[in-house]
Amino acid sequence: MSKLRISASINGEPVEFLGGTRQSLLDALRDELNLTGSKEGCGTGDCGACSIVVDGRLVCACLMLAPEAQDRRIETIEGMADAGVMHPLQQKFLEHAALQCGFCTPGLLIAAKALLERNPDPTETEIRYWLAGNLCRCTGYDKVVRAVIDAAAQIREAAR
Amino acid sequence: MTEPDYVAPTTVAAAVAALHAARGSVQVLAGGTDLLVQLRSGRTRCDLIVDVKRIPDFIGVRSDAGGFLIGAATPCAMLGEHAALAGVWPGVVEAATLIGSTQVQGRASLGGNLCNASPAADAVPALVAAGATCVIEGPTGRREARVESLQAGPGRNTLARGEVVVAIRLPARPPRSGDAYLRLIPRTEMDIAVVGAGVCLSVDPQGVVTQACVALGAVAPTTLRVDAAGAALVGSRLDEAALGRLAAAASAACRPIDDKRGTIVYRTKVAGVLARRAALIAHARALA
Amino acid sequence: MNDPGATKATVASNDTRTDPPLKVVGQRPIRPDGADKVTGRANFGADLHLPGMLTGRIKRSPHAHARLLGIDTRAARALPGVKAIVTAADFAAVGSEAVEQGEAAATLSHVSWNCLARGKVLYVGHAVAAVAATSPEIADEAVRLIEVRYQVLPHVIDVEAAMAPDAPLLHDDLFTAGVTPRPAAPSNVAAKTVIGRGDPAIGFAAADVVLERRYVTAAVHQGYIEPHACVASAGADGQHHIWCSSQGHFAVRAMCAKILGLRLQDIRVTPAEIGGGFGGKTTVYLEPVALALSRQCGRPVRIVMSRDEVFQASGPTSASVIDVRLGATKDGRLTAAELTLKYQAGAFPGSSVGAGCMTALACYTVENVSITGYDVVSNRAKVAAYRAPGAPMVAFAVESCLDELAQALGVDPIDLRITNAVTPGVKAVYGATFREIALIDTLQAIKAHPHYRAPLGPHQGRGVACGFWFNIGGESSAAVHVDADGGATVVSSNPDIGGSRASMAMMAAETLGLPIERVRATIADTTSIGYSDLTGGSRVTFATGMAVVQAAQKVVDDLRRRAALTWDCPIEQVAWRDAAAVCTDPAKDAKPLSIGELAGRAARTGGPISAEVSLNAQGAGPGFGVHVCDVEVDPETGRTTVLRYTAAQDVGRAIHPSYVEGQVQGGVAQGIGWALNEAYLYDAAGALQNPGFLDYRVPVASDLPMIDTILVETAPNKRHPYGAKGVGEVPIVPPLAAVANAVSHAIGVRLTELPLSPPRVLAAIEGRSDSA
Repeated sequence: MSKLRISASINGEPVEFLGGTRQSLLDALRDELNLTGSKEGCGTGDCGACSIVVDGRLVCACLMLAPEAQDRRIETIEGMADAGVMHPLQQKFLEHAALQCGFCTPGLLIAAKALLERNPDPTETEIRYWLAGNLCRCTGYDKVVRAVIDAAAQIREAAR
Repeated sequence: MTEPDYVAPTTVAAAVAALHAARGSVQVLAGGTDLLVQLRSGRTRCDLIVDVKRIPDFIGVRSDAGGFLIGAATPCAMLGEHAALAGVWPGVVEAATLIGSTQVQGRASLGGNLCNASPAADAVPALVAAGATCVIEGPTGRREARVESLQAGPGRNTLARGEVVVAIRLPARPPRSGDAYLRLIPRTEMDIAVVGAGVCLSVDPQGVVTQACVALGAVAPTTLRVDAAGAALVGSRLDEAALGRLAAAASAACRPIDDKRGTIVYRTKVAGVLARRAALIAHARALA
Repeated sequence: MNDPGATKATVASNDTRTDPPLKVVGQRPIRPDGADKVTGRANFGADLHLPGMLTGRIKRSPHAHARLLGIDTRAARALPGVKAIVTAADFAAVGSEAVEQGEAAATLSHVSWNCLARGKVLYVGHAVAAVAATSPEIADEAVRLIEVRYQVLPHVIDVEAAMAPDAPLLHDDLFTAGVTPRPAAPSNVAAKTVIGRGDPAIGFAAADVVLERRYVTAAVHQGYIEPHACVASAGADGQHHIWCSSQGHFAVRAMCAKILGLRLQDIRVTPAEIGGGFGGKTTVYLEPVALALSRQCGRPVRIVMSRDEVFQASGPTSASVIDVRLGATKDGRLTAAELTLKYQAGAFPGSSVGAGCMTALACYTVENVSITGYDVVSNRAKVAAYRAPGAPMVAFAVESCLDELAQALGVDPIDLRITNAVTPGVKAVYGATFREIALIDTLQAIKAHPHYRAPLGPHQGRGVACGFWFNIGGESSAAVHVDADGGATVVSSNPDIGGSRASMAMMAAETLGLPIERVRATIADTTSIGYSDLTGGSRVTFATGMAVVQAAQKVVDDLRRRAALTWDCPIEQVAWRDAAAVCTDPAKDAKPLSIGELAGRAARTGGPISAEVSLNAQGAGPGFGVHVCDVEVDPETGRTTVLRYTAAQDVGRAIHPSYVEGQVQGGVAQGIGWALNEAYLYDAAGALQNPGFLDYRVPVASDLPMIDTILVETAPNKRHPYGAKGVGEVPIVPPLAAVANAVSHAIGVRLTELPLSPPRVLAAIEGRSDSA
């Protein structure tokens, strides 16, 4: 069984890897590249635990085939902190206790970051609807939403 | 055991050639939000995947002949971001942007939603109500067909071998028109529609409806265009009696099933409720 | 109320001040494992890669009930890349001893049978064989090539259908326990439990109002986002290693050892991070299978369940049918209660109906009570524990009935509960005598909250409900080590499913007098720390916390001893304050010795500074919750929106308030899902129709409002060094009735069957009896 050689940019770095034509991009990230931060919760795009950003768009990695990554710009949770400095969302999630088991957290962070890059001042309702594709079974979402609101405020403040 | 081939052509002609020449089964890959799920579950197996997203014709929203031409593989999120499209066809855009989650929106497309032919497809009722057509390329050339003609039954479309939907066309919108799409789902997001209703109508300067089209989803093997429901509104200003006739016609047209998402009784009742509510929204938009 | 930036927990006044005041406990530091979780560095069960690792896959029964006539693996074995195949024949013969699974009951032979079937398959998805291969694709192909011959049998799923005399029989050696004389014929009723006191006949005779109702709930799943996952690596010398996401790695070790006929010392289990458990990861499904595969081929084997395997083949809760009869005087005092609980256990005996019977009326003083429970097997996955197992369903029944009672009597629903609420010193229906409990304070906290007075609009309704859970103690081990530079590490034996590492570090820091930043917390594998019962039963902060504090206290006493040695004074003259030894004899004129100074010269004063404690914690404090929920129902579609939710809970003391709030909010969200949209749906062949997150509908972010919490700390648990009671399970108990009562009020029709799906609610609004 042969695989295709795929080259893409992942978290700002050029990367080459082998991907099967039936292999999802999620499996390629996890098994070929050892980027295990993106998680499989369902494999069918219903839980958002595998959320990544591709060419600036929030998607589920489990709904992409590995070969589709060719020449794409991919961002995963491993790239969210910048040289060891956490993104404000990561910091606020910790301060607000917006995670318990932490399994859905990478997906939530990637999704929330995509939101704030599009809408720097979202309302609670906008946050909840944007994040509806990220299932969390531990937190009831309350502290997650608070963390996103707080991070958004901090980012806006820093931009002034 | 062999893996399917994967090709990502960069022109429409190359895509058609690959589809036509394929031995064995072949699938078009747009956003993959249905196809990958089906491949994984074993419901669909295929020998060749033709990824159309690198073909410029398939991605993007263009103005054309007073209307819009939407690349069939355009992510629905992009439709939501297109201010002009959302301004002229809010119902189509809200239907397209209700599909799945934000992540699914980043990939799901009108072409995929239509050709996958789920009876509950969210985008289709609004497209049918709007009078949308598909631009289809195939071995015998290009043709255009109304969206509803692509539906053969649950999970089946009428495309011939080698054909692919390249774009969806929305016609020039008549003046004083409005459209709307509503669906019933138990949660607030993420669910497949239990019932979907798309309404598109136009009014005269006094607000009297001059034409109306009503389409229902998830209440029959394919999306239903309910002519009697549209007719119930024509000549009215959506008074109670007209709305009652609309709802009754919508319910009467339903041929739903009992399944894990809803019952016959429920779907039939709610089809009327949603048709009425969508008509009111469309009417308000037409007057605005 | 809707100030997103404010701290939401309102801590009720606490008049048992500590002396000296607490510095760390009660604060909200960032959890020590947090950075790894927000950067993707934390390793969960499926994240481990070992050299030569194979992929394992499981062959599962397509039939709900069938005899297993034969399994032919020859074609699969011949496939290149297949390295091992196992069936139940590769497991040891095991007896029917009971096995520890926290709050769920299980028999070892059933656990083994569930991991790989022998003789019969009992549900769609029941594991029949497993393969290990060099790639996922080859493993999948090998599974397809395994041929299994079945003799299909009739099946039964519904609990009352399974109790019928002519129901298909799952186990021909199952005779109802708890019945004398023992029944002559086997049945699907595994056990009958009866508890009671007083004389219900007299009690009902004395009642002014008697209500009799039936309540029905569907099976729901814990719904953890992380599927079951493990890696097993067999050693050529018979020393094996398992990494797994589990709530109890010692329990995994014990079950694997028994199922494979090994000694405990032959298996080392390292707990991976766990992506949610809620009780569902207290048993084994994959670990014995993975280890058997690995032993066969000598290579590590990873098995991860797919999402539909999780739903089909890992234990959800019981569906239930509950009949309630309540009698009360016209001023609202309960005089008698009679309940019959029928819980579906799944393929093997062991539902939580016993706990359901015990918790049913635990909140209330009722003298005349009779509660009967039936544990019933049926052809679906064996039930596993789910957060206060057994309690939410019966609380739905009792709290709905009380709500109707309040309506009938014209009494405020909270006042009705206050009238009957248990207080310290009262003997519970289930036998224990309550000590430090604060149910009435918790009821008053809800009554006083602005939510309770918020105006309601058309089609809106408000529901109130109480809940109870025992919380358990149990065996735990913990160690505290002091570093040469004065920092400390806490090592404990319980997988962290909700932030317990933070609480362990905080309690150690408080005892040692260190700031939280100087304390690390880790979770050790089975060879590196003493035994511990699993994480569950809301016991870790209580029991493992107790071990942590005792270990830290031993370290403090050791440090004092070393200071006394240094100062040449009796240890009684050495106090420990602010992480330093202080000489209380003024004549000695000794400067305090900090923990760093003492640790820096530890070699000269006796060696490394370290203590480990193993204990069996007694005196766990039960918890009570009171919730209020507002909903709006669309009268034309039956669709419910949750508008507001406030949850108060008697927590003793919140070690880390943010994580206590988080437990409450998470339990509430699960309860709302259980009430509104979650249910197992079966087709005519007994297969699950919705084994995925698309149609098994857990709440999403846009479904829920902010969940306000009130932590009541007026009755700290005197048997815990910092007053903690367990908190994790109580929050799922009240929401089913809180939501159902709210919806019933919103539509003016009483709903007694869950979930409150839109078709069911619309049917009630329209006075129809058909529903979905």
